[in-house]
Amino acid sequence: MIRFLSVVFMLIMTLGLAAQAQDANIQDVLQEHREAIEKSSRKTIAPAIDAIAASGLPSAQTVLQKWQSKDMWQRKSDGQFFYAEKVDSKTYTIFAFEGGTPLGDIAKADLDQLKPNSGIRAMIGAALVQFQLNDPDPVRRQEAILAIQRDGEASHLAPLRASIASEADPDIKALKEVTERLLTISYDTDDAARVTAIQGFNGALSLEARAALNPVLSTKITLKDSLPETANIKRKIIAGSDALSVSDAFDMLVASGVTQAQPTVSERKDALAANIVDGKVGGVAVADLNTQDARDRAYQTLAEAGTVPAWDAGFSEADAVKSAAFVEVYDESSKAVTDAAEATLKTIDRAVGLNQTLDLALDGLSLASIYFLAAIGLAITFGVMGVINMAHGEFIMMGAYTGYVVQQIIPDYTLSIIVAIPAAFMVTFAAGVAMERLIIRWLYNRPLETLLASFGVAIALQQIAKNIFGTQARPLTSPAWLDGALVFNDVLAISYIRIAIFVLAGIFLAVFLFIMKKTRLGLETRAVTQNPRMAASMGINPDRVNMLTFGLGSGIAGIAGVAIGLYAKVTSEMGADYIVQSFMTVVVGGVGNIWGTLLGALGIGFLQKGIEWLNPSNTLAAQTYMIVFIIIFIQFRPKGIIALKGRAAGD
Amino acid sequence: MKNSFFMKNPSLLVFLGLLALFTLGVTLMSEAYGSGLVSTSFVKTLGKTLCLALVAIAMDLVWGYTGILSLGHFAFFGVGGYMIGMWLMYARTEIIVVNSMASAPIPPTASELSDAIGSQIFGVVGSSDFPAIWMFADSLVLQLFMVVLVPGLVALVFGWLAFRSRVTGVYLSILTQAMTLALSLYLFQNDSGLRGNNGLSGLQNLPGADNIPQSVISIWFLWGSALALALTYIATSFVVSGKFGSVIRGIRDDEARVRFLGYSVEGYKLFVFVLTAIMAAIGGALYYPQAGIINPAEIAPIASIYLAVWVAIGGRGRIYGAVIGAVVVSLVSTWFTGGQAPNINLGFYVVKWVDWWQVLLGLSFVLVTLFAPKGIGGLVDLFTGRLAPSRKGAPLGPDAGSLREEEAEK
Repeated sequence: MIRFLSVVFMLIMTLGLAAQAQDANIQDVLQEHREAIEKSSRKTIAPAIDAIAASGLPSAQTVLQKWQSKDMWQRKSDGQFFYAEKVDSKTYTIFAFEGGTPLGDIAKADLDQLKPNSGIRAMIGAALVQFQLNDPDPVRRQEAILAIQRDGEASHLAPLRASIASEADPDIKALKEVTERLLTISYDTDDAARVTAIQGFNGALSLEARAALNPVLSTKITLKDSLPETANIKRKIIAGSDALSVSDAFDMLVASGVTQAQPTVSERKDALAANIVDGKVGGVAVADLNTQDARDRAYQTLAEAGTVPAWDAGFSEADAVKSAAFVEVYDESSKAVTDAAEATLKTIDRAVGLNQTLDLALDGLSLASIYFLAAIGLAITFGVMGVINMAHGEFIMMGAYTGYVVQQIIPDYTLSIIVAIPAAFMVTFAAGVAMERLIIRWLYNRPLETLLASFGVAIALQQIAKNIFGTQARPLTSPAWLDGALVFNDVLAISYIRIAIFVLAGIFLAVFLFIMKKTRLGLETRAVTQNPRMAASMGINPDRVNMLTFGLGSGIAGIAGVAIGLYAKVTSEMGADYIVQSFMTVVVGGVGNIWGTLLGALGIGFLQKGIEWLNPSNTLAAQTYMIVFIIIFIQFRPKGIIALKGRAAGD
Repeated sequence: MKNSFFMKNPSLLVFLGLLALFTLGVTLMSEAYGSGLVSTSFVKTLGKTLCLALVAIAMDLVWGYTGILSLGHFAFFGVGGYMIGMWLMYARTEIIVVNSMASAPIPPTASELSDAIGSQIFGVVGSSDFPAIWMFADSLVLQLFMVVLVPGLVALVFGWLAFRSRVTGVYLSILTQAMTLALSLYLFQNDSGLRGNNGLSGLQNLPGADNIPQSVISIWFLWGSALALALTYIATSFVVSGKFGSVIRGIRDDEARVRFLGYSVEGYKLFVFVLTAIMAAIGGALYYPQAGIINPAEIAPIASIYLAVWVAIGGRGRIYGAVIGAVVVSLVSTWFTGGQAPNINLGFYVVKWVDWWQVLLGLSFVLVTLFAPKGIGGLVDLFTGRLAPSRKGAPLGPDAGSLREEEAEK
């Protein structure tokens, strides 16, 4: 409070006596407080700092800055203060504070350096704030305001208010006004001003507003009788409710001396152990003390004999606390302020809740696009061709490692991503075609065995990747323009990588639809899927179509691998993490329909985020419940969300 | 006697004889009862292998005979292990706690004991209360019931839901895989009540058997496993040899046709699914006391796929095939990953089998699927004359399964 008043005083000085101060000299001010400055003790330095800050001299800021950075020196001969620059280890050039004119070189032995400790430097920093708030450089003004927002104190309030009127930059002015309200809430002495400031934050989303309001609303639970009449009570508390457990309430009663503590179970046990005589305690043999009942009897006997503190067997803490009145009381004494803060916090909570819902929706959307990306290749090989390819996850991994290798060759991240996408497609397309030619085509009429054979390929590929790249995760670095996030406000933000994955998923959907509906390959694929023999009779080569379709599905998995690698780490096991979810996505959506896969991915993504929101500490539980939910869902719609009808459905 | 049980299952006597010879042989070479040629750790490996053969038979029954490619049977195996592990851990901790409390001046009450055991067991996951699922852990008999009951009930509920809505083929495989994943993710949580990813440990120490050396215990478990395997083999032979066996093979080959003949396909499938789940759980209950530790990673979906791999390599649709597959693959795998296999120096690169065994396994699996769908067990056909008829390249039919041709021949 004293410091606050002194700052106000200092401000009046600054504003009112500016003209007078013109002809004063900063050296005089320093000499006036010479003793305090030389002593450099936190307890006595305050008047000196205040005097310098309040002098209104243009060089006051320089003095404080130099002092703070330990560049202020004192000449031993006459005690004058200067700032100095090192020439060599023994010689320094000294400068006058006014105008910074050099006053010649001087031996170090003739100078004393002033070394303010960290406490004093912080006080100097606070005094410097008023200068920074009026600094001609807007960047420094903004920095000063943000510093106050982070770590404000009462002494900042007056200089901040004074600087608002003269602020020219509208953005910084707005920032100053917000900061002024925040400081008012925390430090002003006038309740009406605080209420107005609090109401100014109705519906605000900023973390600072919530951080300023929460301390105003801090409460503690206590006995009603222990409070003065004027206490700002929030509500009554019933002992034994969620807010106050019976044992806590009882401890409070004991602490206030209203009631006597009873010996606890373990205290009684220790008392018994201390009173064993000839293998017996209170007439009960030690060996029989293995039930609480026997122990109670023994203790009663001891208590009646007076050897141990009395204990009432019928005593219950719940009864003892029933008659006492407990209240939750605000630490803040003004009811008007807490009421306003509660009301404002409610509007803030509503606004935050709305934005959190939006944020959750964005999270769900980006998770859905990752699932969709991982599943779309599978939607072709499994959905259209009906081939269970357990190595699909390993194709995703191959794509991601291709991206990693390309980045080792091409150091420019943007260029390397542009090269990596077609490279990953080609690598996995080739792998897919090879796999189809060598393995899958022999097993078209043995679907379960395709599953097992492709699993064999999967574990082989996984181990080969481990042998080549090692077990540690490899980074796939995204270009700089994908770093950071699109920030809407303090609650709502989405990283650019997730937006990119979302866009990529959209592009894939379009490409898939185009190939399937508008190209010859798509037409032939659909024909071969529905009836290979008839398609063959029409002059379509089913072998070639199957090969290309499988290659296409695998190639898309490769591109998905690059995208997933950008946001997750690239390891040899990354494919295995996605394979079950990908199959789920396709099965839930409905086999053979890309819109179904999209719906499946959206459903699973939103569901998982929703469950995570209900139980944020436990993502494992979220996954478990999601899978259980999917299993139940498939009971009711075995063919997925969009089921094929008629001939296209096959058997 | 032409139609007697043993005549219909000629492999049964051979198998039982071989198993008895093997068990006796190992016992006579063990450290505890014989020459000491076979180390205790290898006796344990052999005992565990017998349990894996047991679960492989269950897999063969559900996949090779009934045509349900379940990717969840290793999960039942793990659940069986967890159930017996709960008793082993509880009983052993109880002995330790009682001993440590015996020196206290006042004997502990029942609730103090249970609190002390609880904080001993659940201290690693920051808890000390017994979850409800540990209700029967203090009783061996009840917990042995749980070994059968819990996986049986899970299989019953899951199977009823899945078969009722006629989920078949690859969809059923994916669904069972999802079930396995959900189960293992659930067990990975610290608040699942089964110590999260720490799992249950110290299972090799039987409560009250501190004076009996592990070399003796390992032989007991070997005999126990062999006995369980023999009983499973007999039970499975019995199940597949009669009319019931014909129906489930019919379901495998053409489900719709069996349904039109008036059989309750779902009922048969559900029975086989639950029966095999229980078999798998018994295998697990014998396996994990020999392994000493069980954690949720054991239940991961990949373990169930490996189970299918063993059966496929051994030969589906024949019980001895499953046994051969499990024994050969798991022992060869132990040999390769244990670092005993010699490295191959190619001049420019040294093939270390620890690194390349998985690749070899994966590729050999592809080759078996492609070129020897009957697996190693198919070699037996070479000298029993059950050679596949030559169709001179004519198609096998609309939906040719691997075994249809020879069955059409009968």
